[in-house]
Amino acid sequence: MNLTLKIWRQAGPNDKGGLHTYQVADISADMSFLEMLDVLNEQLNEKGEEPVAFDSDCREGICGMCSLMINGEAHGPEVTTTCQLHMRSFKDGDTITIEPWRAEPFPVVKDLIVDRSAFDRIIQSGGFISANTGSAPEANSVPAPRDKAMRAFNVATCIGCGACVAACPNGSASLFVGAKITHLGELPQGQPERWSRVVDMVGQHDHEGFGGCTNIGECAAACPKEIPLDVISQLNKDLRTALKNGH
Amino acid sequence: MAGSTLHDGLTPLNGPSEQKSDDARGYYTLGDKLVDPVAPTGPIKDRWTTRKFENRLVNPANRRKLDVIIVGTGLAGGAAAATLGEAGYNVKSFCYQDSPRRAHSIAAQGGINAAKNYKEDGDSTFRLFYDTVKGGDYRSRESNVYRLAEVSANIIDQCVAQGVPFAREYGGLLDNRSFGGVQVSRTFYARGQTGQQLLIGAYQAMERQVAAGTVESFTRHEMLELIVVDGKARGIIARDMVTGEIETHLADVVVLATGGYGNVFFLSTNAMGSNVTAAWRAHRKGAYMANPCYTQIHPTCIPVSGDHQSKLTLMSESLRNDGRIWVPKKKEDCEKDPRDIPEEDRDYYLERIYPSFGNLVPRDIASRQAKNMCDEGRGVGPLVGDFRRGVYLDLGDAIKRLGKDAIEEKYDNLLDMYERITGENPYEVPMRIYPAVHYVMGGLWVDYHLQSNIPGLFVSGEANFSDHGANRLGASALMQGLADGYFVLPNTIRDYLADGPFEKIDETHEAVVEARRSVEDRVQKFLSINGTRSADSYHKELGNIMWEYCGMERTEDGLRKAIDMIRELKADFWSNLKVLGSADTLNQSLEKAGRVADFIELGELMCIDALNRRESCGGHFRAESQTDDGEALRHDDEFAYVAAWEWGGDEGQPVLHKEDLIYTAIEMKQRSYK
Repeated sequence: MNLTLKIWRQAGPNDKGGLHTYQVADISADMSFLEMLDVLNEQLNEKGEEPVAFDSDCREGICGMCSLMINGEAHGPEVTTTCQLHMRSFKDGDTITIEPWRAEPFPVVKDLIVDRSAFDRIIQSGGFISANTGSAPEANSVPAPRDKAMRAFNVATCIGCGACVAACPNGSASLFVGAKITHLGELPQGQPERWSRVVDMVGQHDHEGFGGCTNIGECAAACPKEIPLDVISQLNKDLRTALKNGH
Repeated sequence: MAGSTLHDGLTPLNGPSEQKSDDARGYYTLGDKLVDPVAPTGPIKDRWTTRKFENRLVNPANRRKLDVIIVGTGLAGGAAAATLGEAGYNVKSFCYQDSPRRAHSIAAQGGINAAKNYKEDGDSTFRLFYDTVKGGDYRSRESNVYRLAEVSANIIDQCVAQGVPFAREYGGLLDNRSFGGVQVSRTFYARGQTGQQLLIGAYQAMERQVAAGTVESFTRHEMLELIVVDGKARGIIARDMVTGEIETHLADVVVLATGGYGNVFFLSTNAMGSNVTAAWRAHRKGAYMANPCYTQIHPTCIPVSGDHQSKLTLMSESLRNDGRIWVPKKKEDCEKDPRDIPEEDRDYYLERIYPSFGNLVPRDIASRQAKNMCDEGRGVGPLVGDFRRGVYLDLGDAIKRLGKDAIEEKYDNLLDMYERITGENPYEVPMRIYPAVHYVMGGLWVDYHLQSNIPGLFVSGEANFSDHGANRLGASALMQGLADGYFVLPNTIRDYLADGPFEKIDETHEAVVEARRSVEDRVQKFLSINGTRSADSYHKELGNIMWEYCGMERTEDGLRKAIDMIRELKADFWSNLKVLGSADTLNQSLEKAGRVADFIELGELMCIDALNRRESCGGHFRAESQTDDGEALRHDDEFAYVAAWEWGGDEGQPVLHKEDLIYTAIEMKQRSYK
């Protein structure tokens, strides 16, 4: 198929940036979206134009490195990561607009690449269980109810890609924070730090400049790992309990 | 109990090997034999305990004065950063990704082995040790492997305490499954995302130390040179990939946990950024590269669909527990819809050839047999070139037996991923799989302490060579990464650091200045060649050479040809490369050029190593060394050694140092899964 691409180019964080138009031809339906961009970049390199910078690493939907707003949707039209989006989701003659994540706490580094280190700092503020190496008890000494363990797993699948933030009109990272609060809060090992964790993580979230949640639900709809919206209810519930108890 | 006889570890069961063939003559120089200077002795079950006691301690008050650089944040690097940070050392952690959480350990699907024996099915530390040595085709060091098996149970405890959500049974206790070529259930898993969950555990532990101030995290940084001062590793030169700045980082000790080099094949299941540069730069500074030709080709990957392909995707081989692998008996059926091929016309070739292990034979055997079927013209799927590269992995029987829901619960995300990539529904149509490069057993040579032959340079995880011999068993990579990071390295590095802090050096030291200048010159060189071809195009060409001649099956003639082709490719690369953009900004073409340059040199060494090893063992199959019925034939009398290669200079030849593998607890036997 032949496509028209409108791609955001921005030389650096302080550059103004803008959309540039490119044509690509003979794109196979079996290509991934990023392989289509590889074709464009090879073409640009031949022409002596600097290739488009974009993030990707595992290209199997698990590392969370890839991003991209594709026609205004985080990770494009399917419920998956951009690297797992295939060109069979598009048709010959389509015009595709490709932009970076848009959120103040995710400043653009170059072209389609943004800085998501705010997520690391949120984890540093409390997204862990304090268990020094060597101090762990026998693994089966603390059974974890299967349903709770399953819920913990289902939300622990968050890949930290930032699509939730990009999709949210408020630029909120509540889904990201809620997923971690729920993951660790559902497990017996996570209980000792449960209340301080939620207070600290929400504090860091707000400090980074992410917006508040107003129950729009775009985050859960955009999440490639289908983290459900109820983790935000869990977040609010835990936060309320923590604050009520003076944490 | 034939086949599993164990010995106490007090007497050697074999002597040194004597190589008769010399296929690689003219390509290398033979150096002195190599001996692990810290190899433990005594009863095998006591070796690690004794060594932990013998290794010196570092006073807690001195630890914060000791600087530790750790490159890589996967399981081996992230776990080590967390643990050494907790201990109070001053850790600097580096990764090329935008966050430590993205290291490629995250993509491991199936599980992690541990000798917990929760199923009471006969498992034990000894059995895990035995299976790993045997699975590695008797080309690993037994002391290292025993230690790996020994600490495996601690890993599970540690991960559970961190909140890793492993699969559980209804009673709330941990579930296990049997995995990849073993007959006990010792594999712990988190659906098909075990690597992700373990890595997030290590990442969170490491970020906790960042908050505590013991670990400083440098993301989007790539190590481009090792700094060696007076024979000791004392730091690295790294490039800030955002600003382009070349930075000097000095330390008392350097740990490389930089993963494997499977991307030398261009197409592999590795991440796009996975590379050999850190290890290769260390190699060029004197660190030996061991068994570089040992490559694992994973049997269950999604086949190549065309020339545009940028990477291959693995389907966890846990699918082999429930999936039956087959090809049509008749060539003319290969184009048919597999659902129209009746049972009697299907060849379940693994079940036919290996009746006792069936679809669960080790990876190397499953891969090679898939290749054999396709070479016979019975491959399935689209023609790529003039060849069909695929075999069926059929869940049909399992769905009938267990129900669709049970299969979905076990493999949900894998089957979704398959459908997304291929556009085919695996619940209805048998999946197509084909082998792909997945893991490398080779890597930098290390001693029992995981220290390379450069003092102060430690290497952990996939980046070292030590634990998997010539073939790695399923669910053992996660085990090794975490064993090295949480439990081994922290207990060995302290013996080295007990002599520190070492003499202060600064950025004006001539070795530092030289290292830095060499990096800057190289960057400028890439930008100034101004030729016509992208680094990617060279990478693809190198990958084709490696896959064709140094892949699943290798021949003497093919390897010689490959070496010539790689040398030509290298010359062309350095005269015709085209890298646009500048050095002082984010420049992905420039990053790629550096990685491809190192892959080209590595590729040549892999071919020389493969050429020298005229035997078939594990992931290394030499056509000249097979049994009458086409199975791999090892030559223990000639090749029971680790091939540790020393860099011979840009114009010189690599120097081969042989480390004899002497077993004291397990007798070497030809593997047979028939």
